[in-house]
Parts: sequence; C-alpha cells; structure tokens
Amino acid sequence: MSADTLQKQAGPSERNGAVRAASRFFAENGALGGLVILVVALSLMSGSFLTVTNLLNVGVQAAVTAILAFGVTFVITTAGIDLSVGAVAALSAVVCAWSATSEGLPWPLALVVALGVGILCGLVNGALITYGKLPPFIATLAMQGVARGLALVISQGSPIALPNSISHLGDTISSYLPVPVIVMVAMGLVTAFVLARTYSGRAMYAIGGNEEAARLSGIKVTRQKLITYALAGGFAAVAGIVLASRLASATPEAASGYELDAIAAVVIGGASLSGGKGTAFGTFVGALILAMLRNGLNLLSVSSFWQQVVIGVVIALAVLLDTLRRRSTN
Amino acid sequence: MTETSEARGEILRVNGLRKTFPGVVALDGVDFDLRPGEVHVLLGENGAGKSTLIKMLSGAYQPDDGRIMVDDRETSIRSAQDAQRLGIATIYQEFNLVPQLTVAENLFLGRPPKRFGLVDKRRMTADARELLDRVGVDADPGQQIGTLGIARMQMVEIAKALSLDARVLIMDEPTAVLTTTEVEKLFAIVRQLRDQGVSIVFITHHLEEIPQIGDRVTVLRDGKSVAEVPADTPQEELVRLMVGRSIEQQYPRERSSQGPPLLEVRGLTRRGVFENVSFEVHAGEVVGIAGLVGAGRTEVARAIFGADGYDQGNVLVEGARLRGGDVHAAMEAGLGLVPEDRKGQGLVLGADVQENLGLVTLGRASHGGLVDRAGQRKRAAGIAERLNVRMSGLRQEVRTLSGGNQQKVVIGKWLLADAKVLILDEPTRGIDVGAKVEIYQLVNSLTASGHAVLMISSDLPEVLGMSDRVLVMARGRLAGELDAAEATQDSVMALAVAGVESGTAHDTVGGSNVR
Repeated sequence: MSADTLQKQAGPSERNGAVRAASRFFAENGALGGLVILVVALSLMSGSFLTVTNLLNVGVQAAVTAILAFGVTFVITTAGIDLSVGAVAALSAVVCAWSATSEGLPWPLALVVALGVGILCGLVNGALITYGKLPPFIATLAMQGVARGLALVISQGSPIALPNSISHLGDTISSYLPVPVIVMVAMGLVTAFVLARTYSGRAMYAIGGNEEAARLSGIKVTRQKLITYALAGGFAAVAGIVLASRLASATPEAASGYELDAIAAVVIGGASLSGGKGTAFGTFVGALILAMLRNGLNLLSVSSFWQQVVIGVVIALAVLLDTLRRRSTN
Repeated sequence: MTETSEARGEILRVNGLRKTFPGVVALDGVDFDLRPGEVHVLLGENGAGKSTLIKMLSGAYQPDDGRIMVDDRETSIRSAQDAQRLGIATIYQEFNLVPQLTVAENLFLGRPPKRFGLVDKRRMTADARELLDRVGVDADPGQQIGTLGIARMQMVEIAKALSLDARVLIMDEPTAVLTTTEVEKLFAIVRQLRDQGVSIVFITHHLEEIPQIGDRVTVLRDGKSVAEVPADTPQEELVRLMVGRSIEQQYPRERSSQGPPLLEVRGLTRRGVFENVSFEVHAGEVVGIAGLVGAGRTEVARAIFGADGYDQGNVLVEGARLRGGDVHAAMEAGLGLVPEDRKGQGLVLGADVQENLGLVTLGRASHGGLVDRAGQRKRAAGIAERLNVRMSGLRQEVRTLSGGNQQKVVIGKWLLADAKVLILDEPTRGIDVGAKVEIYQLVNSLTASGHAVLMISSDLPEVLGMSDRVLVMARGRLAGELDAAEATQDSVMALAVAGVESGTAHDTVGGSNVR
C-alpha cells in the first residue's frame, strides 16, 4: 500500500492494476473503508438496518451534521477551527422564524436574512482572527456565546414556529427523497467544487499548508480567511434552517454541541487539524459514519450513555489509524 | 598511511550499508570508518545518501543490510538512546533546543541534576557554565535559548553533546548557517575537540572548508561510497568524484547588456533595523548583496517585496512607486522573492509540485473565481521540464524532493509569473554543486532576457562569481558598492566588518572577543 502511494521510480508496476487502484483509493480515503465495514457489521447485527426507510432516516440524521461539517471543512483546511457553527445555526434559524412570523417578512426574504446572519457571524469571526489577531479557537468560542445568547434574546427563550412554506424543507418528496438529504448532497457538491476548482479553495489549501509561503506568493491571506469563515457561517445558517424545518420550529437551544460532531466528521474524513488537507467527500463519509453509528446503536438498543462512549472511541480510533497510516507511508 | 593507521583501530565502521524506501534506493552499499580523534568529512550531492547514513548512525533508521561496528564489535543502533549509550551524538541543521527554556535547562533537558527530588538549580547553572566554557561560548546559563542567535545555539548543541559523553560527534552542515567569523570559531572548537580525542563526522557543501578542517573525506554518490581520499585533495577532483563528471566552471556568469533601471530603492529605512538604503538594479543585471548575517540584508529584501513594512523611503519598480507592506502589489508590479527559509516561507511542503508551481499565478489563472486547472497543469509541466526538476511527477509532494529540486520549484513559481526583478535570498544554501550550477545558468538566462536579479548570499565566492555589482551591508547600512570585476573576498569582508567594528557591535562579533 505504501509502495503504491510513494512510487518514485516506475517499478514493476504491471501487477494486477485493479487491486492496486482499489488499495490506493482506500489508502487515500481511509474513512470510506471504515464506512463499508460499519455498514456490513450493522447489517449483520440488525435486520432492520439495511432497509430503505432506515437508510433514509440515517441520511436525514446525517444531513445537519454534514452541512455544518462541510462549512467547517473550509476552516480546518486553512488550519483554523470554528466552534461557533452550532450556535450560529440556531441563531440563523431563530432569525428566520422570527422575521417570517413576528415581523411578517415573506418567506424567501426570511431565508435570505437568515443566510445573511450566518455569513455575518462568519465575517465577524474572520475579522477577529485576521485583523484582531485572535486565535481562531478563542474568536469562535466567543462567537458561540454571542450567537447562542442572541438566539435566546430574539426568541425570548422559547421555540418559534416556522411558517409552513419553510418547514416543507423538512419534508420527503414522494416518500423516497427527503429534502434534507437533497440539501446535504447539494451543499457537498458545492463544497467539493469550491475546494477543488476555485481560487479561494486552492488558496485555502495553501494557507493551511504554509500561511507565510502563501502570503509571500501574493495570496491575499486576510481576504481569503474572511471568505473561509463567511462560508462556514453561511453553511451553518443552511444547516440551522434544515434542522428547524424538520422540527417545524426554530429552537434557540437547537444544534448545541453540533460543532464538535462537525469537527469530528471533518477529522474522521481525513482532514488534518494542522491544515492543508481535507476533502468534501471525506467529510461526507465522516458525517455518515457518525450518523450510522448512532442509528445502529439505537437499533441494537445500546443505551445512550454507552453510545457516547462508543462514539468517542470511534473518533479516537479513526484519527489514530489515519496517523499510523501516514507514518507508514512516510 | 592506511595500514599503520588502521592498526590503531577504529571507533566506528560501517560495511555495505543498504537502505531502501518505497520506490527509492537511498543507500546502496556504503563503507565508512572513523578513527579516534579525526575529522572525517562526508561529501556528496543532495540525495547522495548522507542524511540517510547519519540517520542510521543516530538510530533514526535501521539498515536493510550491512554492518555497523562500534569499537570493533558489531552492533545495532535501534533508537536515539542506543546511539547515546554508544557515545554517538548528532547535531542536525534543525536544532533540538526549546527556545523558551534557558541555556542551562536546555543543556540538561530531561536529566536535570536533582536534590531531594527537586531540580538543583544552582548545580545545574554551575554545570552548564562549565560546559559552556569547554566549548568557549559566551552565553549566560540563565539566558533564554531563543535570544542567542543561530551561531551560539549551535555551540550550545555541541556543549549538550559533550555533556552526554559523546565520543562521536556527527555535524550535519554546521557551517551552512554561519558567517565567516563564526565558521572560524566553530573550526577552532572542532579542532580542540578532535585533539581531545573526539571523532567528528563533518558534512559540508563548502569545498574550501575541507582542507581547513578535515583529515579524510568519504565521497557518496547515488547511495554508494565512491571514494575515500585525503582532505587536501584538489577541489576539482572532489567535484568530479561527487558528481561523477567534471564541472567546467563553478560560476558560469555571462554578462548581459544593461537596460534601464527596473528596481529603484531610495532611502529605505526601518528604525533599528536598516537605515537609508538606496540602490538601483538595471535590466540585465545581477546585483549581489554581501554582508554578515544580521547586517539587515534579508530585512531589506523583505521590505522591498512588501513582506514587512518600512518607516521611510521609496521603492520604485519601472519608475512607479510601490505601496509598502503589500506583497500582492509588489507581485503585480513584477517583483518576486525567493526567500531564505525555503521550507518555512517558500513552499507548501504538504502540497504537490504542481500546486506549488502554480501558487503565484493562481490569481492570474482564475477567471470569475474559477481556476483554469488544465492551464495550470500545462504551465507547471512546462516549467518543471525547463528547470529540470527531478521528480516522479507533478503530483509528488514537494516535502519529498531534494533541497536543490525544492529550490527549483520556488524559483519556478516566479518564473511562471514572469517576475521582472527576482530577489534571491541565499538561493543556493544547502544545495549540491550540480543544482547550484543549474540555478546560476538560470540567472544567466533571466538577465539575458532583460530581467534583473538581486541576490543576497553569504557565500562570498558565489556573490563575487555571479554578480555584476556587489553591494555590501553592515549594521543595517550600505557600507559600500564594488564592481564585481574588482571585488575580492578581502575587499568585501573589509567593508562588511568595517561598519561593525566602528559601530556599537557588542552583540555580533563583540561576544567572541570577550572570552
């Protein structure tokens, strides 16, 4: 496996190309192997796991975490961290519901306002980090408090019902296409596109890999970091709206602790907290692993207390395996 | 000389050492021996296997094949602890020091003298002072390591090795980061250690240092030990052994016709760092900047390029004033900087060759925020071929390239951007002879096509050999300008130290005079 990834001189490379390609694919997408194992194991242990209804359920459960995690992928790629996405999601959802109901804004406008709130929170994070030179951990921790607090202030502490037109976002089209899953896939494609094809995406990798080298190559690091955190905020707003629409109401306490799931998904997906590495696909797989694990443990009637233990162990294992794999290829 | 001295016995001997990494043969049969009280120089181009060899001797790698004998007994060195037990200490180019701790704490890191279970600070300070005296370095045991500067940090590393009762001291390019005076001082210490019976493995790329410090030379090429010769072997012969062919000319500078000034620097000042620096660089010209480390050369270069700000003065590119402190503007105006710290500032090590080559031109290759990836790939492939970058493909991580090839990638990204004035800060530091000549030829082709090069270098023969004009900096000021045809190492050094000796230079050379 290591010989394949580090091939420096064309060796005797003709041996069974398919196996090589497959092993290389799994070497580069270690999380995917984990997902496959998880699916097989859960299918064997529980008869109701591998059913359409349940898998759609997993998809819906994964959606919010995945959308948050896509946003966090940008940030982690630049070697930053965003602890505010859960709270920003709640704030955006609350603003959306509040402006559509109490303020009587038409629902498309309410969605735009909610998205704007998310992006604004991200920009503030970015400004604190770039102009204010705060460490990302601190800046986004502060934003977490502020956003959560504002959500409570605006909603006066209780859930606000969403207008029907918005809560359709939580529906399932013709009983096989849950809208949250569609949104998740769409946001995943956007993430993959941004990271791979756009100037900002490539700049994110460069900044995360070596910020000084990126700066000395003429990349406007400050601007790119603002864009990065704004994207994370925008994605958080989308996640918040999807979450609220599933419940048909926006709760100020919603999505609390989700930022940690999002970070876990990104890291399980092969990104490095020291920056420069990360893919949309990996993050997607990471979010699926987390959702599937929760779902499977529920099906197996494992107590929710033990579920937390298992998920903690899985996160540690995933990153441990990844580290070991990297060490063996170097 | 062989029979009699071998009878004296060797402290260390390796035979037929082999090591392969996936896809690469790093060592392919290396023989090497070390006698007590000698300085044995290891010579070879980057990628010849020097690092792999010393990593095996220090326990970082295990050989696939071959024997390592210490005191005539076969042994295996499986860890850094094993190496320490055998009395082998290695001083790498990246020091193993904790900048935030004091000199004494670093010297006794992990094994401080204890009293009643607590660290005995008084004894630690006293022991540290004794060690520092032994290598003759002027440093206070209570001083923070980070404040010492590279030369004295290196001395502290040597002191640390001695405190571990090292009998074999491996030094990986210790002179690469030192100025001429500092090198003299290092040599004095190395000779003193040698006379005390310590055996030293010395790696250097500077051929002129070999007869000054070495006793024997082992030349590695392509993972094999190709020759073992005395240190007074002529340089041409050493180069021939190292590269496997003879290099006609070490500094193949071809002067081009000069055009209008491309870069004008007027009265550039940053208080306390550099003052009133003014000069011009014309199209088709190579201007070298010589001076001691700490004279402010890198700082001026970074200020010109906008990497740092300045307090007063102007930078003009083709007559147009450049906004200070704005790298992007400098880049747009046609400046390029190949920084001194290749790995820390020049490259995204975890990214591949293509990504690194396309970094500067990323903006230009983007339309409406979208990157023209096919175009980027094509341009990267073209420049990699033109620069003869040795790699497995554009997707290879630059971390795994040799130093010379890494430097070609850094230069390549600015060539793609077609920078009119390329600022090269120590462009050939730590690079082997073959790659050096390739970089010099590149400089020639740049100036021939009407570009200009500003080259900072601590390698005096290089500055003299490759520049058309030499500026000498001392203590943050331009101490003088010499035409390269007339300049000699002595005349440059005279200017470089002149400002220092007349000034208040307690922290640079003053320190070495105290003891």
